[in-house]
Amino acid sequence: MSSASSPAPGFLAQLPRGKMAENVLHFVRMLRAAGLPVGPAKMIDALAAVGAVGIENRDDFREALAAVLVSRSEHLVLFEQAFDLYWRHPRLLEKMLAALLPKVQGRAGDAAELPARLAQAMLPPPRPRQETLEQETDLDATFSFSAREVLQTKDFATMTVEELAEVKALLRRVKLPLPELPVRRTSAAPRGRAIDVRATLRRSVGAAGTLAPLRFRARRRRTPPLVVLCDISGSMDRYARMLLHFLHAITNEGDRVHVLTFGTRLTNITRHLRQRDVDIALAHVAAAVEDWAGGTRIGACLLEFNRHWSRRLLGQNAVVLLISDGLDADAGEGLAFEAERLAKSCARLVWLNPLLRYAGFEARPAGIRALLPWVDDFLPVHNLDSLTDLAKALARGPTRHSGALARAA
Amino acid sequence: MDSQRTPAAVPATVDATLALLGQHDYVADRRLATAVFLALKLGRPLFLEGEAGVGKTEVAKVLAAGLDRRLVRLQCYEGLDTAAAVYEWNYPRQMVEIRLAEAVGGVERAELAHDIFTTRFLLRRPLLQALSPEDGVPPVLLIDELDRADEPFEAYLLEVLSDFQVTIPELGTIRAAAPPVVVITSNRTREIHDAIKRRCLYHWVDYPDASRELEILRRKCPAASEALARQIVGFTQRLRALDLFKAPGIAETLDWAEALIALDRITLDPQTVADTLGALLKYQDDIGAITPDVAARLVDEAQVARAGA
Repeated sequence: MSSASSPAPGFLAQLPRGKMAENVLHFVRMLRAAGLPVGPAKMIDALAAVGAVGIENRDDFREALAAVLVSRSEHLVLFEQAFDLYWRHPRLLEKMLAALLPKVQGRAGDAAELPARLAQAMLPPPRPRQETLEQETDLDATFSFSAREVLQTKDFATMTVEELAEVKALLRRVKLPLPELPVRRTSAAPRGRAIDVRATLRRSVGAAGTLAPLRFRARRRRTPPLVVLCDISGSMDRYARMLLHFLHAITNEGDRVHVLTFGTRLTNITRHLRQRDVDIALAHVAAAVEDWAGGTRIGACLLEFNRHWSRRLLGQNAVVLLISDGLDADAGEGLAFEAERLAKSCARLVWLNPLLRYAGFEARPAGIRALLPWVDDFLPVHNLDSLTDLAKALARGPTRHSGALARAA
Repeated sequence: MDSQRTPAAVPATVDATLALLGQHDYVADRRLATAVFLALKLGRPLFLEGEAGVGKTEVAKVLAAGLDRRLVRLQCYEGLDTAAAVYEWNYPRQMVEIRLAEAVGGVERAELAHDIFTTRFLLRRPLLQALSPEDGVPPVLLIDELDRADEPFEAYLLEVLSDFQVTIPELGTIRAAAPPVVVITSNRTREIHDAIKRRCLYHWVDYPDASRELEILRRKCPAASEALARQIVGFTQRLRALDLFKAPGIAETLDWAEALIALDRITLDPQTVADTLGALLKYQDDIGAITPDVAARLVDEAQVARAGA
């Protein structure tokens, strides 16, 4: 028997001990506090790796720890900074962190962002910042049925604080039923098309000599991945803050939902939204997103998405929800090209636009005109009812009518 | 499995690993050599992630050659199932067996079932081959482009990777006597689940720097003159710095070098670059972005850098 994953007895006894081991342990704990997913098993691995490589060569020592402790290329930068800080002068680090402290408690997004994150990891956590997206007031939500009726159709932008709180609760219950698509994987099915030779044969052994009934298999069905691109610029502010509650709910429901926000830059907030508690999740989002309520550069952000994310997220017939009012600071520059690429890389591009609630909506702004020819569905998103309509539209199944909307507009 | 063959010893240090890879013309950086060394030493799967064409699959091939082991390759694709990845029963032979048993007569049903589901009728697919090798030497198992498989297959791999065993309902659990060397690659067309990554040593394979790329080119493409090789490397290194949809990998560099040699070019010029760009860039938008002006500038820079080097 080998010592592949279940170490042989005495394995722990062979791990390095003493000051070095202690230092490695502290280093791993610091990384964990800084947000790297390193559990106790990784701690043992790290010690084993150090034991295997030795500590004579600093580079080898670092690469050995990296091989064990880093499991995403994005974490490599953080690891390297932490390594340099920690293994150079542990004392110096402490002093530096002490100096950093006032900054750490300030607003996130300082120039020294990564050291700040590491500093937080080394120090007892400051009191949770009261920076949720909306100052929510607790209220006894004893709304009558008719009150809820009114809320269904009321514009998010015109709601009072109390109404918003109530709607947030409702938003968390909206479901998005994407139509299931057949995948390559099969499962046993009485009315399947393909003969399940294995099951048939197993039956026929039991019924040797007589005719065995054929067994069948059919393709399984599965909902496609959903990618949400949510505009959080100034003009979308009110809607985006509400929709985040909705996005949090659908992110936690499906395993293949990814959410990115954009304003002047693109931020992937999927990991933050996976946090079950909605308030904690949104606090994390608030800290991660640096361009809240700023300008919009839709073209630049879509370009960034196409370059860096589309190949990773848009496999397996992904559906893209683009939530934006289409008001672009760059006046639609480069937007049509990127929109075309986006539309051609996904199975379905749905544009949700709160401006569409106005009866006299016209596709005047350059950004809107550049986007429109490439979207498959163009729907409003300004109240609860519109989200229900969205669910219905998605359930209708794929509709590829690129260009049709532009001609109609 | 009695004819046990002793496999070649795994390298004892990072330097030895680097040398082993080098002997088989794989020019690795020290970071990759460390990851490979640890994977061998700790008996962990090695998870290599990176852009297409940076030499991830090659690591497994070189390891198999260097350690004198068989390479068992499992190419992943959507819908990959146990019948294609692990084992399958040989149905035609089983049916013949049933027919024969009927013709002879007198065979009990239970006995027949027992006879039908034995290793004699088992078709061994890559994962099973890797866990119970015929010559007794644990092979190098390459699970290529895992991101192309779907999540259910990933979940199945968890048992294989952590315990090096597979379970066949009719036969029981088959466990590897000695674990194979496992190399998993991913082009990151989707995120691989953390549960898989946690069982592996992770390494991000990056584009090589200029000196390493030159060394690779010298080894893999000796027909290219030193001057041409330097120009090619200078050009592709600068190309990667541009904002492209898909930067060329080392595989593309080698293809391009072959193409230039086939065309009898001794030195780069903008026209040649324009004619052969299809070997380096695979997207029309990217090719369109390399206008004659840009190509001329890059060629100039590559030549200046060569003069300075």
